[in-house]
Amino acid sequence: MPSRYIAGEQNLHGIILPKADLLGGNHWIMITNKRFQLLLPIRSPLIAIASAFIIGAMLILLAGANPITAYTALFQESLTTYFGFGNTLTKMTPLLFTSLGVLVALRAGQFNIGGEGQIYLGALGSTLIGLYVQGIPAVIHIPLALLAGFLFGAVWGWIPGYLKAVRGINEVITTLLLNYIAVNLVSYLVQNPLKSPGAPSPYSPLIAKEAQLPIILPQSLAHAGIILALMAAGILWVLLARSPLGYQIAAVGFNPTAAHYARISVKNTIMLVMALAGGLAGLAGASEVMGLKYRLFEQVSSGYGFDAVAIAFLSRGSIGGVVLTSLFFAALRSGANVMQRSAGVPVTIIYAIQGLTVLFIAISLAVERRIKTQTNAEV
Amino acid sequence: MNNLNFLSDYLIASLNLAVPLAFAALGGMYSERSGVLNIALEGMLITGAFSSAAATFYTGNPWLGVLCALIAGGLVGLLHAFLCVTLYVNQLVSGLAINLVAAGLTSFLARLVFNGSSTQRLPGIEPMVIPGLANIPILGSLLFQQDALVYLLITLVAVSIYIFFHTSFGLTLRAVGEYPQAAATAGLSVSKVRYLAVVVSGCLASLGGADLTLVQIKFFTEGMSAGKGFIAIAALIFGRWHPLGTALACLLFGATEALQLRIQAFGANIPYQFLVMLPYAIALFALLGLAGKSIPPQGLGVPYSPENQQDNL
Repeated sequence: MPSRYIAGEQNLHGIILPKADLLGGNHWIMITNKRFQLLLPIRSPLIAIASAFIIGAMLILLAGANPITAYTALFQESLTTYFGFGNTLTKMTPLLFTSLGVLVALRAGQFNIGGEGQIYLGALGSTLIGLYVQGIPAVIHIPLALLAGFLFGAVWGWIPGYLKAVRGINEVITTLLLNYIAVNLVSYLVQNPLKSPGAPSPYSPLIAKEAQLPIILPQSLAHAGIILALMAAGILWVLLARSPLGYQIAAVGFNPTAAHYARISVKNTIMLVMALAGGLAGLAGASEVMGLKYRLFEQVSSGYGFDAVAIAFLSRGSIGGVVLTSLFFAALRSGANVMQRSAGVPVTIIYAIQGLTVLFIAISLAVERRIKTQTNAEV
Repeated sequence: MNNLNFLSDYLIASLNLAVPLAFAALGGMYSERSGVLNIALEGMLITGAFSSAAATFYTGNPWLGVLCALIAGGLVGLLHAFLCVTLYVNQLVSGLAINLVAAGLTSFLARLVFNGSSTQRLPGIEPMVIPGLANIPILGSLLFQQDALVYLLITLVAVSIYIFFHTSFGLTLRAVGEYPQAAATAGLSVSKVRYLAVVVSGCLASLGGADLTLVQIKFFTEGMSAGKGFIAIAALIFGRWHPLGTALACLLFGATEALQLRIQAFGANIPYQFLVMLPYAIALFALLGLAGKSIPPQGLGVPYSPENQQDNL
């Protein structure tokens, strides 16, 4: 019996379901020390983040600025001031929605790097409801527009899910290709049929007042989208951790062949998670339109879809981790401008820091797994 | 005669736009034929663009710039190979991380290196006119008045066809990409082949970046790769992971880009966005089998670990 089956969980169908790891391998915590066990899931990410910031500090020194001043500027305003935090929450909303989408797909072993395209489609869906449905109260209009955003995104996620499940086409490639189709489709629409008459640059008219999400921190940009995103995280947690469907998804993610023998429809599960992933990313687009800009515009997302893959990966598939990591990425994004203004460090350094964090996490997880494999072999 | 000039200009523009794509796609082909997914092409392109621009800026010699791009691209390839082959990091995650780091680092360093002089033109690589042949109408200016990188590219396509399909190394490479277990059983070192392929991939993609800075724009701007790495992946798919097919796909995508730019420049009332999405749509249809069935290498994206055979299923 290979050691990898020892520490699994058993589900209703009697399948052993070890905790699937995002790296494609599997994780077992073989060490018995309780406190060490608790620390383990966050230890590697923290070391990785610290290392990325140390390299970032060297770069800042290279640019002739003081790293401490720069990092203080980076986090102080974005996390501790009222407006700065409002700004961070605004940026966190699309990141959280999209990363939840990546995460749910990952649980079933599917890589959704189509978050970007799904965001655009979701924004389009909610804009159409916001523009062309008029004169209904907000209690109906907002859910309707959100639903449209979800559905448009879900369709954009379902397509690669269908292609993977039925035609066996790699979802990494199709989701990537679909991104560009969606971005250009929205670009065409806002420059032509949806363009606001007489607008100086391409954007649609304002959506109906009733379809706009309320601001939750008065005078700031923070809108109700973040509450919806956190609710989505809660619902998803229940769905994944406490429902038969969650087990079904995890079963497919761990071993599709075994899941098939347990009479789980692998194809339907893949299509379902991809549609769900697309829908969640669609909600990110919907909340950008309904809570922030109130209209459709050309650049709905500035790389949220790709950041989301990094976030889901950094959080090692945990929903709590996704919430925290989205907050961290959002703080980086909103603090970067402050840092540029006050410390003279170019904004782009945060992309380098984000990328380095992901790299180091990947390395530390790989090393960790290797050590574990060796320990297991000795046992 | 005017129409002829327009046609000739258009063809030259198409070829020029296709060159960086083709370098990147050819690079991607080596990596993916060996079974390593290479989303990092975009990062490799921008690394090549930046390092060639920086080296040329300091030395004044564009050929040192090309050399520098080769080295930097090779190092990025080495990193990708180390992560994917040695550490079994998910190849997609590794590629995305490399793209993020490359985009962030190059634009950050660009401000330090070219501080204030980013618009200053670099000494670029000038066209080499091949006497005699260059005077053939259209074809002459298209094929025989180009810079050395274009000639290099054409040679590389031919050499790649030879390597892939007529040498034992090519067979090894393809075997490793299609079915690593069998290749390993036959005594081949899967990881060595993959390392080599991914490093070559980085070198080639960075040549595409060097072409962008040294031949076309003659200076470095942030994010100048502008998604070309992803179009290269689309070309790779449409070209069915074959050197010639991929190069032709790049030409087609270069031609649509040139057309799209002309439509925008003339302000013609044609929705150019559909031309922009064409490469991606074509690649998607190719995968679907609607534009000739495109089948990726069987082992693509699957890490190979000799100790743990269950991971390779």
